[in-house]
Amino acid sequence: MTEHLLRAARSEAELPQGYDEPATPADTLTPELELAGVDKVYSSRRGTTEALRGIDLRVAAGEFVALVGRSGCGKTTLLRILAGLLPPTGGEVRAGGRPVWRGGRRDEETVSRFGLVFQEPNLFPWFTIEDNVALPLKLRGVDRATRRARAHELCDLVGLGGFEKSLPRELSGGMRQRAAIARALSCDPSVLLMDEPFGALDALTRDRMNLELQSIASTTGATVVFVTHSIPEAVFLADRVVLLSPRPGRIHSVVDVDLARPRELEIDVEPAFRETVRALRTALDEEA
Amino acid sequence: MEQRGVAKWLPWVSAPVMLVLLVIVWSLVVSVFGISEFVLPPPSAVAASLGELLVDPATWGHVQVTVTEVLSGFAIALVLGVLGGVVLGRIAWLEVAMRPALVAFQVVPKVALIPIFVIWFGFGLTSKVIMAAILAFFPILLNVLLGVRSVDRGHRDVMRGLGATRWSTFRNLELPSTLPYVFAGMEVAIVFSVIGAIVGEYLGGNEGLGFLVVSSLNALDAPALFAVIVLLAAVGSVLFFAVNLAKRLVIPWHESVSEKEFA
Repeated sequence: MTEHLLRAARSEAELPQGYDEPATPADTLTPELELAGVDKVYSSRRGTTEALRGIDLRVAAGEFVALVGRSGCGKTTLLRILAGLLPPTGGEVRAGGRPVWRGGRRDEETVSRFGLVFQEPNLFPWFTIEDNVALPLKLRGVDRATRRARAHELCDLVGLGGFEKSLPRELSGGMRQRAAIARALSCDPSVLLMDEPFGALDALTRDRMNLELQSIASTTGATVVFVTHSIPEAVFLADRVVLLSPRPGRIHSVVDVDLARPRELEIDVEPAFRETVRALRTALDEEA
Repeated sequence: MEQRGVAKWLPWVSAPVMLVLLVIVWSLVVSVFGISEFVLPPPSAVAASLGELLVDPATWGHVQVTVTEVLSGFAIALVLGVLGGVVLGRIAWLEVAMRPALVAFQVVPKVALIPIFVIWFGFGLTSKVIMAAILAFFPILLNVLLGVRSVDRGHRDVMRGLGATRWSTFRNLELPSTLPYVFAGMEVAIVFSVIGAIVGEYLGGNEGLGFLVVSSLNALDAPALFAVIVLLAAVGSVLFFAVNLAKRLVIPWHESVSEKEFA
């Protein structure tokens, strides 16, 4: 595994030009992601639902932020707004200092620096794992040979080496989700947006995926926003945990996680870990 | 894995066994009950008649006529059905507006229209081609309509998240996810096309396997009648398996293509 990571890290330098991330000013004051007063109101025939109200959040480059909350608290809505899949009804969303939404249209160049992972793997059943992983590159007109090479690297990185030619239906749920992560990484995103990516996996697979996600995040140096309803998962992965309270979704509290990295699975017996989890649970309870 | 193997070879054994059983029961019924050859000819008489048919070059002319009608009608239905399905699938208000007409046309027993086509287009190929096309059109239209609507939302999110253009969304997502529906429609449609062509031939003209059925009946030649029907079944099967083969080649990734496992 370590060897895979090193290889992937090394090959980062050899990537063909054309999909390097745009040069951002080394200004640490500009957050990678910034939400300012974001509101979201869903309107339907039966009336309006206020999903999000006044969300202010800044995520620094390279930071790992987890969004936690009960079902229906707007976590997914918030992530979809960040990802440019859903326009906010109010407020401003910026990535790398540039607005994601401009007059109801999203800025494709800004969004192109994002890698998205959903609850479902959403792999295309007609493509092999390799073609699924390289789909973002295909859409950017990268040639076939480069795509194949990159897909192989990424499959190694997420532990799918040897399955490049398999069809999604031949893989287990955990392996499909790894492929989805590899796809999200294929364009070297500077921001990874993940919506409960491990929610459908069994506990053991989930633990392993968490470990791997941690090493992927540190290898690639990507900024990660990770939605989950599992507090221990959030504490294990994140530098900062943002707790959302429901109806309308607001930021209830933000908790810093001061645990050294790399974190091992056994960290869950350490007092600092348990204390953070307990604090978040208490906050979640009082909000209800 | 074991069961998958069974599912693969079992039909190849069960089909001949059932066929042999059918022939045995059929012969027994005919001889035991002494049924008149005109009502139910024995398998041997049908086989002899079939042999005569197969060596007669005229028979192959009739097969060719029927196959031409079926394939022309099917091709027209495929083009129009796919176009119509895509348009109605994309434009929701148009589908709603067209719905009464579609329902009305669907509930009309379409084979009843053949006499009208005969009046308009005569006893030649055209009226049969049109009948085959009309019968094949609806299964394709309705399946494509459903297919266009059934593109997975999660898959759409992936393409939107990647900022895909309309063309690449069509090419990489909408087309491949609609193809299984197109083939499902085609499998029904090819069978319906055969029905359309045969019924058309029953009513008029002097060519095709349907005409051969009617002329055997008029000659009171029951073995020949049965033999033509066997031939018709064979032609229908070949056409169906051709569509099925095309499906296997074009969408090998789809569940309907992989070997079925026993539940």
